Amino acid sequence: MTVVAHPQLSHLRALESEAIHVMREVAAEFERPVLLFSGGKDSIVLLRLAEKAFRPARFPFPLMHVDTGHNFPEVIEFRDRRVAELGERLIVASVQDSIDAGRVVEEQGPRASRNQLQTVTLLDAIAEHGFDAAFGGARRDEERARAKERMFSFRDDFGQWDPKSQRPELWNLYNGRIKKGENVRVFPISNWTELDVWEYIDQEELEVPSIYFAHVREVFRRDGMLYAWREGTELIDGEEVLSETVRYRTVGDMSCTGGVVSQAATLAEVVTEIAATRITERGETRADDRVTEAAMEDRKKAGYF
Amino acid sequence: MTLDLLRLSTAGSVDDGKSTLIGRLLYDSKQIFEDQLESVTQASERRGGEGSLDLALLTDGLRAEREQGITIDVAYRYFATPRRRFIIADCPGHRQYTRNMVTGASTADLAVVLLDARRGVLEQSKRHAFISALLGIPKLVVAVNKMDLVEHSQARFEEVVAEFEGFANILRRDGRRAGHQYEIIYIPISALNGDNVVEPSERMGWYDDPAHPTLLDILEQVDVAYDHPHDRPARFPVQWVIRPASDDPASRDYRSYAGQLASGALRRGDEVAVLPGGERTRIAAIDSYEGELEEAVAPMSVAIRLEDELDVSRGELICHPARAPLIARELAADVCWMADRPMRAGGRYLLKQTTRTVTAIVDQIEDLLDVRTLERDPPPAELALNDIGRVRLRTSAPLVFDPYKSNRRTGSFILIDEASNGTVGAGMISDVP
Repeated sequence: MTVVAHPQLSHLRALESEAIHVMREVAAEFERPVLLFSGGKDSIVLLRLAEKAFRPARFPFPLMHVDTGHNFPEVIEFRDRRVAELGERLIVASVQDSIDAGRVVEEQGPRASRNQLQTVTLLDAIAEHGFDAAFGGARRDEERARAKERMFSFRDDFGQWDPKSQRPELWNLYNGRIKKGENVRVFPISNWTELDVWEYIDQEELEVPSIYFAHVREVFRRDGMLYAWREGTELIDGEEVLSETVRYRTVGDMSCTGGVVSQAATLAEVVTEIAATRITERGETRADDRVTEAAMEDRKKAGYF
Repeated sequence: MTLDLLRLSTAGSVDDGKSTLIGRLLYDSKQIFEDQLESVTQASERRGGEGSLDLALLTDGLRAEREQGITIDVAYRYFATPRRRFIIADCPGHRQYTRNMVTGASTADLAVVLLDARRGVLEQSKRHAFISALLGIPKLVVAVNKMDLVEHSQARFEEVVAEFEGFANILRRDGRRAGHQYEIIYIPISALNGDNVVEPSERMGWYDDPAHPTLLDILEQVDVAYDHPHDRPARFPVQWVIRPASDDPASRDYRSYAGQLASGALRRGDEVAVLPGGERTRIAAIDSYEGELEEAVAPMSVAIRLEDELDVSRGELICHPARAPLIARELAADVCWMADRPMRAGGRYLLKQTTRTVTAIVDQIEDLLDVRTLERDPPPAELALNDIGRVRLRTSAPLVFDPYKSNRRTGSFILIDEASNGTVGAGMISDVP
């Protein structure tokens, strides 16, 4: 191994250390944790943190992707490649399977999305595999309900979050005790901002799916956002497919994730763009948060990530 | 350029403009995004009529909070300047939410207590200041707000400062910490207009403290807890043993102890003791993902290999033998009670301290702390929700600890109710046994 000089403890290193501490606490105190990996930037950071927490050993947990079936193909290709590189095990929990099994009913119409349906698939997979802790890449700067959520977010047998009776979280002492059937969602990068995530990706030279960089894509404009057009997309009157240079700030279901017009084609350009942006990532690109003032809070209460 | 990280907590009464101040800091440092501002503007107008902008709605994230116009829970806010990154734990000011204030204060390096220049020091402001001192926050900024409503009067500012100084000696006594200088900084501001928040005030030319021209300057310049790791004793609680599967020939014999340095520094080759057992060995290597390190300092997360094959497991602590912490099964601590069901003598709880969880029995409740005066009252029969009192505990196995006054990481613990699994108490180990 190489010997490195005394490292500067930058704010990124401090945040990294906090996150590694959280991951090791979970590994030590839970029997069956899982790490939710979507192929998005936040969960890409989680994978690097897991490497830092547990290498040279294997991760003491599998990875799991809740697959809506409406993914960007570039992201799925990246997901599988990254998992293979790491040599870790990936479980895919599929919303399509939930639909086929009659657990959920597909929404209809041009605005149909599988975003809500993911919750059932996630909860079913947690129950099926007996997971007692699930790492997620959520951050408190993303959304105001999340700003109030603990690092260890306790969920009852129904997967529900009760914001009014959260366990107090003091110092770096996390209470991971649960009963059978309950689980904890753990957010090691709670204290990171979107800019921190990009600076970290830059610092660690992490690969991200190509859709995060500017590329030409067939899109259509709806509610002020640019959605990816693909075979089978139902357009509403007046909408037309156009060709735009866009990039994505978040990776979600294709049906509810908008792109932004951008020329940022490299990591450095993305970092510069994020540092200058005046709009939050979820406000700019996520239809799922725009439903009501408390859309995220309501979904979390129902068991969402 | 190296950015560093300051964690601060804010507390204030309902009307003293805390949310406005946070809104101001975020807004003036360009951390409020357009869509957030738009959604806050819409919500303000829906509730307060055309043209109103309630920056509190920016921090109040839950439906019930917006509906009732109160803050229920700690909210975390983030902003950055070219000099530093900040994490604000924004704590509710209501009395019934003391436990949230304790929570927000537990990780903070600095506390901002807001006073209303017209009303001076309220009971609640004192309680906030006391709790921040009790929780070991080394720096207290007393921001005298709403100076615009007292005609930016220097005389009024000095009156409020004098009133606060009337009990500041108690804060200095309780806030004193090994390795830190406790400091109280006063500053007159108007959060509404932005005076002395990010920009120096032209209306308060009489205030020209060169060390602290604005609130943001203070936040950018104060020392943080981890600034001087080499002066502090090394504390490395073992979290996790890294041992690759035996089918991997490259690392078959690898074994390291992973954890986060709670304080101090460890170097390769250092002689160390593993507590509570007391075995001695040397550090063979300090591993990180980037490679071996000569030295690790708090708060880094690393993995340590030892020269001798010892049986070390989670919950044990690695330190230098000459600067060892205390080991005991009986201890006294200030406990903040956080559950509806009160704590009584004879109660049994799980106690988690560093990476160690043991069973604890309450032998005795020794006194009740009056958080309005910091006087210690005669022992009550029980500690109720939001009470803080000194408690004597016995544990099922030895704890390795420092008094909270010398080390916030190794001197703190939480109590967990075994039946409900709830976190019911927060403890700070006393320096007198």
